[in-house]
Amino acid sequence: MRLAKNYFADERRDDLNEIGQGRPRADVPGHVTAKTTYFADRNFPGMLHLKMVRSPHHHARIRSIDTSEAEKHPGVVRVLTAKDVPHNTYTILILIQIGPEDEHVLAEDKVRWKGEAVVAVLAETERAAQEAAAKVKVDYEVLPAVLDMEAALKPGAPLVNEHHGQNYYMYDSGACRKVRFGDVEKGFAEADHILEQTYSSSPIEQAPMETTGCIAVPDGNDRFTCYTNTQAMFFTLDNTSIILQMPGSQLHLVGGTAGGGFGGKVDVIVEPIAILAAKLTGRPVSFIYSRHEEMQISSPRAAETITIKDGVMKDGRIVARYVKGYTDAGAYSRHSPYGAQKGAAHYPGPYTIPNVWADTYCVYTNRTPSSAMRGFGVTIADFALEVQMDKLARLIGMDPLEFRFINAYRDGDMKAHRQTTEGAALIECMQEAARAANWPVAEKYFALSSHPREG
Amino acid sequence: MAVRRGRGVAAINYPTGMNLGGDPSQALVHSTPTGNFMVTLSSVDLGQGLKQVISQICAETIGVPTDRVVVDTADTDTGPHCMGTFASRGTHRIGNAVIQAAKEARQVMLEVAAEELEVNAADLETDGAGNIHVKGAPQKAISIFDTALSAHFTRGRSISGRGMFLVPRSFPETETGAMKPATCYAHACTVTEVEVDDETGEVTVLTVKNVFEIGRALNPKMVEQQLVGGSWMGISHTLYETTEPYYPARDHGGSDFNEYLMPGPGDLADTEIIVLERPSADGPYGAKGPGEMCANPQIPALANAIFDAVGVRIDHLPITPERILRALKEQRRV
Repeated sequence: MRLAKNYFADERRDDLNEIGQGRPRADVPGHVTAKTTYFADRNFPGMLHLKMVRSPHHHARIRSIDTSEAEKHPGVVRVLTAKDVPHNTYTILILIQIGPEDEHVLAEDKVRWKGEAVVAVLAETERAAQEAAAKVKVDYEVLPAVLDMEAALKPGAPLVNEHHGQNYYMYDSGACRKVRFGDVEKGFAEADHILEQTYSSSPIEQAPMETTGCIAVPDGNDRFTCYTNTQAMFFTLDNTSIILQMPGSQLHLVGGTAGGGFGGKVDVIVEPIAILAAKLTGRPVSFIYSRHEEMQISSPRAAETITIKDGVMKDGRIVARYVKGYTDAGAYSRHSPYGAQKGAAHYPGPYTIPNVWADTYCVYTNRTPSSAMRGFGVTIADFALEVQMDKLARLIGMDPLEFRFINAYRDGDMKAHRQTTEGAALIECMQEAARAANWPVAEKYFALSSHPREG
Repeated sequence: MAVRRGRGVAAINYPTGMNLGGDPSQALVHSTPTGNFMVTLSSVDLGQGLKQVISQICAETIGVPTDRVVVDTADTDTGPHCMGTFASRGTHRIGNAVIQAAKEARQVMLEVAAEELEVNAADLETDGAGNIHVKGAPQKAISIFDTALSAHFTRGRSISGRGMFLVPRSFPETETGAMKPATCYAHACTVTEVEVDDETGEVTVLTVKNVFEIGRALNPKMVEQQLVGGSWMGISHTLYETTEPYYPARDHGGSDFNEYLMPGPGDLADTEIIVLERPSADGPYGAKGPGEMCANPQIPALANAIFDAVGVRIDHLPITPERILRALKEQRRV
């Protein structure tokens, strides 16, 4: 790594004692010598293991659940169903007023994705819990499922989630988060060329080395300590408090160093049911995702479909941009309504475009719920935007990097979401990249800066 | 049939912190009797090194060496509220809360030292090595060790501070989308070179040159580990990873690290990292959040390089050999 200190040198103090120093990490010797304690390194006498019975169907009505054989299985201590969960219907972002509650800790009358949790089995060993889970009999009436966003949005499509009433999230702005800036139709009318392209992606797993999990322990005084690898302690505590209808003062969450998160440990999934199980059995309970569960059950990065239509002039200026972005939330919201709307303001990219129209939708399908992952709402948008930029440059016969210099935002420029640009540094990044890669760029672009335009 | 070479570029920006703000974090700082400093948080270290960067921020603000600071994380009984470790917010949000707490603790520390030295607290400064002295008169000094002892056992003062940082929540205007998503943005530009085998569709990433502007590299070594790791993840997202290779079909999904494709050490390119620092107005010592954005620019840069090499556009991620071969077949047919 090289620090290119010549850029913005007058905006920075380089004489600090600790800041700017590449000190060795104090925790690393523990990590590399296996001394660091992770939540699962703890073992408690009498600890039970929790395994989930999961839906084999994408969409089905539950006619009945028979747990009698599972309960008789040697080593089984307790079997939990939806009726054991005090406030079974929840949504994580209710804490910041992003409702409605749309998901069930354990399925009630329906399952809405293949893998949805239906029954929790608690046993003395992981093996006994796994074997007993296989003995739970669930009678399903299979329902038509929608697996892709286009089908989900068609009139007459099966309804994925009754709590929403339609197969998309309803924002206060309607079916999508909107950005409207300038006059996009006028921009297209004036453009020398128009290019409309569609981009898409498949779901991606966060793939942390340590799978999602927790161990819940009764303290013996109506308090419960939960050792967890959540990325957000109070998110988990406050949601658990709602789900279990238990005062937050009875909950004590202990984290520590997590074995990677990448957004995969922001959902509140394992802790509420493990703490409930500890409460109902009076014993410590361990609920740790298998690698299969981490890969196929825990929320991935959403699949997205993004259509971008740009109007561009022969001289390189982008004069209009129209975007429709769709995020596949799967069966439940989790963090997808948040992620989907993050794209709305982002779609002009780091460029100044005078006329912008952006709509971002959060769509429900009968799929594994998607949720947070490193950069969600932006990562796939950037793929679409920057491939589109390459296509536009080639369309008008311009060098792709020079084309970006022409459109790059600068301090003082008005963004489509009506914030003035400040602290821009795109131009300088491109200048340094051109130098590092020997990318031929006309001298005039090296004279540009992110400082406000003249006049 | 041949191995063809191509080059691609992409440039991006990335907001720091939770979209639209409203994501608070708090910190508490206190001194032990011998002048070590404890930072108490409920924030989680995901392995990226949050504790280390927080130690350095606290040490800089109080004026002690980093090894005099201990960070206690991720306990809801002791740590005050933090929204969580995500959205490139850890260093920015928690760092700001720690600075506020550390400033308050430093003020008490200087007041106690002033009483011991019989001078005005405003005339004191720290030397960064564990001592406090009168500005311009380094011989009139007291160690932080002795200052903390005095505070605890003689003066009855608590060298401690509270910190809170909140970017107020922005509510988008429903019809125009006027909103404030973030207070600062990191930037990047990536140039990459690939080879594409037009017989197998296989892509070899030769070089990835990344320029990142991240506000301030608080600890350059840690910045490097995060940016290199992010750059590798960008390659992985582009060419390998998905839980559902034939999305929207649900089958063929990987269940473990044998089936779920990721690059191995031999698949990672020669990776170059160059960092620019334009301090942000509201970041701790100017820092922005580079955690998420550093995995983004490689994806379109690689897609553009593949086009440059073989003349086909794969507009669906991941860009697998199968998709490249199908596109090449279609290209030859046309």
